[in-house]
Amino acid sequence: MHEMSLCESIIQIIEEEARQHGFARVQAVHLEIGALAGVEIPAMEFSFDVVRRGTVAEDARLVIHTIPGTAWCMGCDSNVEVRERLQACPKCGSWRLQVTGGEDLRIRHLEVDDRAHDEANSGMEHEQTKQHTAGS
Amino acid sequence: MVQVERAILSKNDALARENRGWLRRRGVWALNLVSSPGAGKTTLLVETLKHLQAQDVPVAVIEGDQETANDAERIRQTGAPAVQVNTGKGCHLDAHMVGHALERLEMPAGALLFIENVGNLVCPAAFDLGEARRVVILSVTEGDDKPQKYPDMFAGADLMIISKMDLLEHVDFDVARCIALARQVNPGLQVMGLSARNGHGMEQWLAWLQAQRSAWLLDGAGLPEDALRVEHSPQHGEPSATTAQQAAE
Ligand SMILES: Nc1nc2c(ncn2[C@@H]2O[C@H](COP(=O)(O)OP(=O)(O)OP(=O)(O)O)[C@@H](O)[C@H]2O)c(=O)[nH]1
Ligand SMILES: [Mg+2]
Ligand SMILES: [Zn+2]
Repeated sequence: MHEMSLCESIIQIIEEEARQHGFARVQAVHLEIGALAGVEIPAMEFSFDVVRRGTVAEDARLVIHTIPGTAWCMGCDSNVEVRERLQACPKCGSWRLQVTGGEDLRIRHLEVDDRAHDEANSGMEHEQTKQHTAGS
Repeated sequence: MVQVERAILSKNDALARENRGWLRRRGVWALNLVSSPGAGKTTLLVETLKHLQAQDVPVAVIEGDQETANDAERIRQTGAPAVQVNTGKGCHLDAHMVGHALERLEMPAGALLFIENVGNLVCPAAFDLGEARRVVILSVTEGDDKPQKYPDMFAGADLMIISKMDLLEHVDFDVARCIALARQVNPGLQVMGLSARNGHGMEQWLAWLQAQRSAWLLDGAGLPEDALRVEHSPQHGEPSATTAQQAAE
């Protein structure tokens, strides 16, 4: 269940971004998850639900963009798409594949409340910002 | 919308780079030992430490375990310095935990450091600790299909040790099939069979350790001091304890 640690890292990064960009509330978190990154999406969603409590991402939706796995096939000298690490080349059947992509786990972007963004930038208190966005 | 474009494990990876730099500057060669629970990590370590200490090779151990200090105790009985890291609910070591353990460990320069990860064939694969080499141990009692079921762990390893070879005749473990599956995931994977119980294969393992460590020391010898230094970008938040220690030097 390292999905839990991954989600804790996601929250840490979001809180850093929140301090840096001055937003107090995140509406959606867009992740890029490689098909070969060894992550179970349902476990990720479950863990995110647990760790977001009491943070700026408290109400955030998790949007997961899956990146297909890719490999270089030494059998037919071409780039192919793969679903898992251990599979034969879909073109020529060779097993001599070298994974080239789809192993990454990234935070792509955050959807934040723009009003909260501006107000926080103009130095308003977090509390006020929160009330404002809650009513909008 | 706020563009982030950061790797989720960027913090761990940055701390791992710090650990790697810290170890490099001290000439400490570190191994990360991973396996499922009970594959024989501690038993192999105990035997290995006895051999190395008999040859006056300086050694040290970081023991990862969810709850107990049993394994660290077994290690200390050999006379080797060991630090226990309890991960609690965590199912793997990460670079931050190892960084703290490094500060607590009394370890001479040039030591050979063994890091025993938490027994788990899934999660430790994702976390770089700053080690020089990663070794996955698979015992013959677990079945020869494990590289197929847990490919990430085998994809990230430098060496696979097939352990408990003394039990091979009692189980239907096909060594050739296991190696073939592992090499499909990781064509460059080195492999050796070993029994910590009867000592078969220990020579080969000790020779591997020595050869790999020598190559690593030679590799670093040509590097200028500042090529080894890792900057600490303020973006990564509070400086880790390892950085603080470097700064204090
Ligand atoms: N027959 C045989 N048994 C072994 C061998 N190596 C270890 N064992 C036994 O396997 C069991 C587990 O060994 P450990 O060394 O504690 O395994 P571990 O990987 O450190 O276990 P965790 O730290 O709990 O994940 C013990 O009962 C050992 O005696 C071996 O080479 N042959
Ligand atoms: Mg152990
Ligand atoms: Zn092909």
